[in-house]
Amino acid sequence: MSHATPGTPDRVHLDNGGRAPWHPLARQAFEQALGDGWADPRRLHAEGRRAARLLDGAREAIAAVLGARTQEIHLTPSHTASLHSAVASAAAARRRAGGTVVASAVERAAVLHAARTAGELSTVPTDRVGRVDADAMVAAVGTPGVALAALQHANGEVGTVQPVEAVHDAARAAGVPLLVDAGASVGHVVVPQVWDLLAADPADWGGPAGVGVLAVRHRVRTAAVGPEDEDPWAPGGVSVPLAFAAAVALQAVEADRAEQETRRRALVDRVRAQVARIPDVEVVGDPDDRLPHVATFSFLYVDGEALVTELDRHGFAVGSGSACTASTLEPSHVLAAMGVLTHGNVRIALDRATTADEVDRFCAVLPAAVARVREILGVGGL
Amino acid sequence: MSDTLVDARGLRCPLPVIRLAEAAKGLPAGTELTVLSTDPAVKLDVPAWCRMRGHEHVTTREHTGDWTGWAITVRLG
Repeated sequence: MSHATPGTPDRVHLDNGGRAPWHPLARQAFEQALGDGWADPRRLHAEGRRAARLLDGAREAIAAVLGARTQEIHLTPSHTASLHSAVASAAAARRRAGGTVVASAVERAAVLHAARTAGELSTVPTDRVGRVDADAMVAAVGTPGVALAALQHANGEVGTVQPVEAVHDAARAAGVPLLVDAGASVGHVVVPQVWDLLAADPADWGGPAGVGVLAVRHRVRTAAVGPEDEDPWAPGGVSVPLAFAAAVALQAVEADRAEQETRRRALVDRVRAQVARIPDVEVVGDPDDRLPHVATFSFLYVDGEALVTELDRHGFAVGSGSACTASTLEPSHVLAAMGVLTHGNVRIALDRATTADEVDRFCAVLPAAVARVREILGVGGL
Repeated sequence: MSDTLVDARGLRCPLPVIRLAEAAKGLPAGTELTVLSTDPAVKLDVPAWCRMRGHEHVTTREHTGDWTGWAITVRLG
């Protein structure tokens, strides 16, 4: 994916979850919208109306892909902001029902933090592959005092797809709205229709960062939680060029999504099989019911930070959920909830521009990189 | 009481697990070892090590007072 880092054609960027390079059509759309949509869409003059038309068009295009009505699509400043607002405003509207937010233990930190701020967080455990215990979550949403339930469509760190449909059925029966974080899946797999609020992330599907998408079904009640503003989901309004580029990117990735899904699933299967041959590794996440582009594994006796640095030195950018790669001392709460090895963790997310050759080169370099890091720690024979 | 104590306090992941594995090397099956650690990752990584190496995770106890961390006991398989 040489276009991601101009001037260094040998770089291979495999850390595309939540921040993928822009789709070429998104760049074009952004350029166009800088010319046509620079004005404030809330103003009544011709320039303002032109910007408003681009913004409306963006919401309409996103709505069509998500299976929503245009007026159900809200644009926000980021995916994190979408999740914060969704939890806060949906929970606030149900204050009389209770203050508990039920969420899987592997939700994004933004959901868990927002839930603790909005009321009381009740987490539902997962199994070893990171799938939430559906029966436990169904039971939890049915207990009295629940304001909101939150379950991701798929986990962006380990790829496992969640039982959204079963949980949505239970939530609906209990009259509890369900927030589905589809930030790691929209643009990569078919979007589920079983949600009351759904958050999606343009920066993950090849659109720009700096804009987020939150869809709220018209029947779902929300309450504004911040100071009064014309746009409570994005106080001050969103950037029209960013929103337009995000929508065009989504249309573009949807156009060949199925092919890209098949192609990347085959590459990820290859990575998982190759990695499993390296001694003392845990390849994590569900082997089959998973995102097509994400692969995660942990190496015993390996310092995650050292391995990320070693791979970077060889031209490969990867992510990690190990504690030593985070600003905190804590390892990834997702790996922790799954009960898998947290040190020596490597996470890759293939871009739609990632080639088979790049994946093969990564697989070829990885065993020696792991061996080198282990050698430095002197763990031979343990 | 376990047979061997491994003091890995102050060490960051993956060093506590490595110290434990070094101490376990050559010891007969059934031997119990306890590792002391101040790194929260050991709560997860020692049981994972047991699973990968065929050992048994016996207990995890939180320690507070003169130092804060965990004492984890394993039985070699």
